[in-house]
Amino acid sequence: MSNIDWSPFALTFKLALITTVILFVISIPLAYWLSYSKSKFKPVIETLVAMPIVLPPTVLGFYILVALNPSSMIGGFMENTFGLRLVFSFEGLVFASLIYSLPFMVQPIQSGLSNLSVSLAEASSSLGKSKFTTLVKVLLPNIKPSLLTGIVLAFAHTVGEFGVVLMIGGSIPDKTRVASIAIYDEVEALNYETANAYAGVLLVVTFVILFIVYLVSDRHRRKISQ
Amino acid sequence: MIFQFTKKLNAANGHFRLEVDAEITEGNLITLYGESGAGKTSILRMLAGLLQPERGYLKVGEEVWYSAEEKINLSPQQRKIGIVFQDYALFPNMTVRQNLEFALYKNQDKRVIAELVDLIELGDLQYRRPETLSGGQKQRVALARALVRRPKLLLLDEPLSALDKAMRDKLQNYILKLHRNFNLTTFLVSHEVKEVFKMSNEVWVLKDGKITSRSTPLSLFSQTDVSGKFKFTGEVIDVEKSDVIFIITILVANNIVKVVADEREASQLSVGDEVLVASKAFNPLIQKIN
Repeated sequence: MSNIDWSPFALTFKLALITTVILFVISIPLAYWLSYSKSKFKPVIETLVAMPIVLPPTVLGFYILVALNPSSMIGGFMENTFGLRLVFSFEGLVFASLIYSLPFMVQPIQSGLSNLSVSLAEASSSLGKSKFTTLVKVLLPNIKPSLLTGIVLAFAHTVGEFGVVLMIGGSIPDKTRVASIAIYDEVEALNYETANAYAGVLLVVTFVILFIVYLVSDRHRRKISQ
Repeated sequence: MIFQFTKKLNAANGHFRLEVDAEITEGNLITLYGESGAGKTSILRMLAGLLQPERGYLKVGEEVWYSAEEKINLSPQQRKIGIVFQDYALFPNMTVRQNLEFALYKNQDKRVIAELVDLIELGDLQYRRPETLSGGQKQRVALARALVRRPKLLLLDEPLSALDKAMRDKLQNYILKLHRNFNLTTFLVSHEVKEVFKMSNEVWVLKDGKITSRSTPLSLFSQTDVSGKFKFTGEVIDVEKSDVIFIITILVANNIVKVVADEREASQLSVGDEVLVASKAFNPLIQKIN
């Protein structure tokens, strides 16, 4: 196993970590808006957020590719203004992962917030506290299991993505060749031993991550019901 | 304090229009009495700023809190209110003490917390979390938390309905004590005649969004139909203040009867007055005398 190149894993976890951190920051306000808004646009936004769950990753990847290639409007703007090429680059993978994993972060947080009694937020405002203070000091601390679920699912889902990455990242070593792509390459090259090692590691890592989530949320539930 | 609210509300059996207006002597304890879905909770929510009326105004003291015409609508944060919710709404992530401290406004003197802990006897509970408290204890914490900011209005939405009788009695006393100590104008939603009697000096009966009667508990519950009513004439022999109520001692024939009265009624009575004592008796005891 010593001659196996583990760099795809470093890349995968770097991608998943960056994606998860950014998603956490943008999903909290988005989930907050979705759980409290009465706007008529809410179903539209909800649908858009949920699309990546059902859409084939290749479809998503294809449109991102079309949108971001340097001869397109967005892609051209990014390249001319920030010197950022978003196709076949690590930054492009981050961008695509953000879209692809968004529902896995937003939905647990949204349902966590919706399940809290409305009177908690109302009590906080009757005590003179702003919406922001209420969110940070009252609402979020009481949905910790949902936050954890969102973080873990978004992370695990980013680790596991394949189709989107293939479409817009290709398989450039140390840039876009993440673990799931590496497995595909190794199988194509008939290097079953390496493919097996990669796949095994992903399997174990995914199991451990999900196991921790269920363990923690189970414990939390027991604490609450005491 | 003056208010007038109009709003279309949805109820289980269709829409109805809430239309209330009232002028209230500050310092009163008013119970809102009536069937569920009559609009009692909606009135509290409008006073608190949690529900916006379609039209109307609300003036507390000299401050306008809401005016549809002048487009004034203070947020709940800006109104000086304390609310006790039906489900208590204690923050599960904080201890009892942290729940109280959370309510402090910036740079507020923390002594108010010590005072409340003392008044409501929360000393032993301070470092416990809400999920470990009984219903009555949660209720007391919610009451204390609602008063930390020294509000002008205290709004109680059926706070005692989930408690057993002994606990309810005890909490009623706490509420009365706080109402007086903190110079509050208190609104209490209640379904219970006894509670209305004990707690309030004014009761509003609500039906389908309208106030159908405003009176003292005594005149409300004694005015109704004639059947099953005892009436006697007698003479006042003593008027005595006890807590918030007055005990009037009356001589009826050869018997001495003690009757509860509120301040306004008591002020009209003096020793020697001829009075009518009436009482509804659903279940009089009849005993054969040998």
